[in-house]
Amino acid sequence: MARMTMIEAIRDAMDVCMGLDENVVVFGEDVGYFGGVFRCTHGLQQKYGRSRCFDTPISELGIVGVAVGMAAYGLRPCVEMQFADYVYPAYDQIVSEVARIRYRSAGQFTCPIVIRMPTGGGIFGGQTHSQSPEALFTHVAGLKVVVPSNPQDAKGLLIASIEDPDPVIFLEPKRLYNGPFDGHHDRPVTPWSKHESGEVEAGRTVTPLGKAVVRRAGSAVTVLAYGTMVHVALAAAEDAGIDAEVIDLRTLVPLDLDAIVASVRKTGRCVVVHEATLTSGFGAELAALVQEHCFHSLEAPIARVTGWDTPYPHAQEWDYFPGPARVGRALIETMEA
Amino acid sequence: MTDTPRLSLHVPEPEVRPGDTPDFSNVAIPRAGSVPRPEVDADPKSMRDLAYSIIRVLNRQGEAVGPWAGTLTNEELLEGLRDMMTLRTFDARMQTAQRQGKTSFYMQHMGEEAVSCAFRKALLPGDMNFPTYRQAGLLIAGGYPLVDMMNQIYSNEADPLKGRQLPIMYSSREHGFFSISGNLGTQFVQAVGWGMASAIKGDTKIAVGWIGDGSTAESDFHAALVFASTYRAPVVLNIVNNQWAISTFQGIARGGSGTFAARGLGFGLPTLRVDGNDYLAVHAVAKWAVERARRNLGPTLVEYVTYRVGAHSTSDDPSAYRPKTESEAWPLGDPVIRLKNHLIVQGVWSEERHKQTEAEILDVVITAQKEAEKHGTLHAGGKPSARDMFEGVYAEMPAHLRRQRQQAGV
Repeated sequence: MARMTMIEAIRDAMDVCMGLDENVVVFGEDVGYFGGVFRCTHGLQQKYGRSRCFDTPISELGIVGVAVGMAAYGLRPCVEMQFADYVYPAYDQIVSEVARIRYRSAGQFTCPIVIRMPTGGGIFGGQTHSQSPEALFTHVAGLKVVVPSNPQDAKGLLIASIEDPDPVIFLEPKRLYNGPFDGHHDRPVTPWSKHESGEVEAGRTVTPLGKAVVRRAGSAVTVLAYGTMVHVALAAAEDAGIDAEVIDLRTLVPLDLDAIVASVRKTGRCVVVHEATLTSGFGAELAALVQEHCFHSLEAPIARVTGWDTPYPHAQEWDYFPGPARVGRALIETMEA
Repeated sequence: MTDTPRLSLHVPEPEVRPGDTPDFSNVAIPRAGSVPRPEVDADPKSMRDLAYSIIRVLNRQGEAVGPWAGTLTNEELLEGLRDMMTLRTFDARMQTAQRQGKTSFYMQHMGEEAVSCAFRKALLPGDMNFPTYRQAGLLIAGGYPLVDMMNQIYSNEADPLKGRQLPIMYSSREHGFFSISGNLGTQFVQAVGWGMASAIKGDTKIAVGWIGDGSTAESDFHAALVFASTYRAPVVLNIVNNQWAISTFQGIARGGSGTFAARGLGFGLPTLRVDGNDYLAVHAVAKWAVERARRNLGPTLVEYVTYRVGAHSTSDDPSAYRPKTESEAWPLGDPVIRLKNHLIVQGVWSEERHKQTEAEILDVVITAQKEAEKHGTLHAGGKPSARDMFEGVYAEMPAHLRRQRQQAGV
């Protein structure tokens, strides 16, 4: 198996899908000739031609709006929002159109599109290049929401998303593009090319949507995480010396509730971690589900470690980011509760 | 420093309000037949004037005149008249059905029948409309069964959309009619995407986007024009200017551009303005724009100048914001009467046959209504199953919806 960065894995997924299905088209801002500001579509226009991979005007609403029409025709658009922070002009199209076309037309029309977007902070991107808006999409009936944490999953989940008959919001933790950043911002990050998790299967490799995976088996406490926070949680468990079971959710909708319940019933404790703001974040949904399904197994209150309820700051990035120290404290407190 | 004037905000107001005498003297109506017809492949720069004029075919004597005349045979025009009369009768019956509590909501087309009925006749099977809520003429003129429309309006057990949609938010892929949103403007840019897809696949089909005068203010309108002009999408972009966006007169959305059609000029689009109450003119312009798209010459923006005679919907009362007699003063007349008069002048129609046809159509509509009501109305008789509410959110029902369905006990 070859080692790839997450960027290369994402590109490979689109390459594989475009090669297998002529109806897959890729477009977005700077996506065509240049290959994307993060280089995720590099070479696709050259390989598949301008009518299948092209640049668009700076209009997220327009990108998603034309994708809806294309999907109604029968294409499978995989579009890029340059940053998740830029998706809001397209929000009406996503919520009122993309998510509901199948339902409201009783299946006469469907909307099998993928909306890719780099998410999360850790790159000193300030308010407009750091947000984690996943909960704005998990709240919308009709969407699927995916957040990979490594190159293999990024490829496998993206192929599954492009092949899925329903619309998928595909959030790419940009801090993981080049290596498994674990929140220790003062230490160098091992690049994926030198990391065993950088191994990516060649060709059409599919990671099914709706299946979580245990990244670290443990018996003391369950940590529910996704994206960058998976690596932060692993580091926190290591640093705090706690035998945590770290679950990488991979897909938020549909959610692998069985995996969550099985783990929490075993450990009796649960810490939920995400980078997004606290209030009405996806962690609230996770905490509610855990108490509904595991109440009699719980030995401690469910803890949430998240970004603060402020806009994502610039200079104070590491005070905002829920790093391994904060997660570690929560693990210890949950064990002592 | 003290002589700097204070700023003041300009908020446009219509010329008249309830109690005033209707006045359309500011609406410049060119003589029928006076607006030139450019070649379909002409340079858009050569026809910029058309964005400020009104293409008309039928004159006051009921004759078809000028370069835009002659796109339809008398036989086709008789069919068009029948389509418009059917839509009008259908509207009247459904409006009443709403008042009788058989459905929650209705929107009629009174005065605007020619726009969607005539446009439909310029399309080929496989072309796709992205309509608003006031283009049911596309379905009626396209042969969609009245009873299916009514089943949808009644949200009954035979509703093709399974009770999920507000009445009149039809969808029929087979009849080239994309699912209506109800969120205004969203469909306009989707039409451009459908056209782009057809071009990407090297197909021969074209798309048609529809929007109202008020909704041109939505960002979707701007995005549609940007994408259509950038990629020269095979799409016809239709603005139906019926003068009123619920209670807001068209001047609020139009601003200083003079006409809605003129919005297209900055995008380099060929932009036509047409008498929306003239069945022949609507068809001629539609045929021109559709041919342009079909020949890969790119998009066209068309403004249909018409008037919403009825209320916005069954939830609206126009007497609160415009003079009651305004529709009678509307200078472009009634589309049904104008086509009827033309066909009489042509010697192929008469008042008697018109009355007879009215009765026939009423009979057809009532028969369809009885058939639909056998399947139930909103609050009586057969209705879609509650279980169905959980279907079709996704292709395959995910576990959380299965749990919720179980919880709902359906």
